[in-house]
Amino acid sequence: MTKPEFAKDALSPWMKKDGPDSDVVLSSRIRIARNLRAYPFPMLSTPAQSEEVVEQLLGVAESGRLGGLGPIKTYQLSNLTELEKLVLVEKHLISPALASESRNGALILSRNEDISIMINEEDHLRIQCLYPGFQIKEAWEYASKIDDIFEESVDFAFDEKHGYLTSCPTNVGTGIRASVMMHLPALVLTGQINRILSAVTQVGLAVRGIYGEGSEATGNLFQVSNQITLGQSESEIIDNLHAVAHQIIGHEKAARERLMGESRARLEDRVKRSYGILSYAGIMDSKEAAQRLSDVRLGVNLGLLPSLSQQTLNELMVSTQPGFLQQKFGEALSPEQRDMTRAEIIRSRLAT
Amino acid sequence: MLCQECGKRQATLHFTKIVNGEKAELHICESCARERGELIPGTSSGFSIHNLLSGLLDFENPNAGAKAPVLRCETCGMTYTQFSKIGRFGCSQCYKHFADRLDPLLKRVHGNTVHVGKVPKRAGGKVKTKREIERLKKDMLGRIEREDFETAAQLRDRIRDLEKEIGGG
Repeated sequence: MTKPEFAKDALSPWMKKDGPDSDVVLSSRIRIARNLRAYPFPMLSTPAQSEEVVEQLLGVAESGRLGGLGPIKTYQLSNLTELEKLVLVEKHLISPALASESRNGALILSRNEDISIMINEEDHLRIQCLYPGFQIKEAWEYASKIDDIFEESVDFAFDEKHGYLTSCPTNVGTGIRASVMMHLPALVLTGQINRILSAVTQVGLAVRGIYGEGSEATGNLFQVSNQITLGQSESEIIDNLHAVAHQIIGHEKAARERLMGESRARLEDRVKRSYGILSYAGIMDSKEAAQRLSDVRLGVNLGLLPSLSQQTLNELMVSTQPGFLQQKFGEALSPEQRDMTRAEIIRSRLAT
Repeated sequence: MLCQECGKRQATLHFTKIVNGEKAELHICESCARERGELIPGTSSGFSIHNLLSGLLDFENPNAGAKAPVLRCETCGMTYTQFSKIGRFGCSQCYKHFADRLDPLLKRVHGNTVHVGKVPKRAGGKVKTKREIERLKKDMLGRIEREDFETAAQLRDRIRDLEKEIGGG
């Protein structure tokens, strides 16, 4: 069997473009949850019902009405291997829940991988739109258009009082989750991060670490997203997130400047040390890789290290994830071989 | 800190959820989290929100399981007790059948109970008109307070027209 398109390259095509403020914001994402009125939510759907849901929604995609998105591919999750699913999760194209729990789960993916549409996840339809850098408003406009296209062909569960009805009451109303993925090393180094993040949760937003466990964010990557979906309009939600993220960007940039002013020697030592270790290490576990890559990213942003493109850094971030490594080098990798392979990928990428 | 579930292993997953000043914390180890089916190998997305939510729901309804009649969605058959355990509805009609219990929960989660965002075009006409009427009524009361009766009268006529429109449609 040939490898599906998405498994070939660690970096989604949409990530190859730089967006605004991409030295702090890696990506902006909108997810819209919708359900078909005529069927129970996926959790209670019978196999036959969930198959009909797939048929209807894939039907919209295959009818060519999504033509504006460029070429698209559709996948049935049951036809993918466990590793292929894991790669999709690591590239943030599907959720872990769609990968592991869904019945008749399916995926519509644009060639750029900037649009991924999940079918039979927690809700019947989840439209996800990803943009590089800080472009949350643009992502919403695009995602909303796709929502309109589906709505022309299918009848969504909607009521006047509660808005779009979703399986989980935390999504009801607008059904949207807007999030920005931020790299905040200077706020972590200067110890300001907890104060800022706890302030963020006071205004109806949530923060979580990416690729990390619990409250520890490996690689200093944080995702800030809206929690409230009911009682605020989409534009209020987006504007609120935009305003808060904008402030966090400002604080991060100020903290970077202060570090450069007050402790440049230590900072330079730190990022170059990490660059040196990544350039020569023979064994690299994923946690250390994430931390060192974060240092290098910061060093590149501040001009302390030879210029590496954001894309190279993004690519390394994804290609050193366990699932991607395994699918590229075969499933038989032991954990130690995996750490060696990871080190090798990073070494060779930094050497070019 | 030890895991809250098994009390043996070190807790490595920490969750804090704060909504409208209400704080809920959870500390568990990875293997308990995995047992709950929240993780797949290689990802650490962590613990799902549904579990936390069901905590809120239990809190809402301390008498669940007692003598109160069983509240059930007539369309999909899910009971309110089931819903409060898993934190997810069975179908879109659950919102209607559980309506009486829902407002306190939605208030707790979102701080609000009424949708004000996007409206599907096909359901849209009527809903949009109703919203317009609401807006005009508010405007009219403001005008009356400011003794701008001329504009208020114009608004009243416009409201009447709109009400006729959706009454007839």
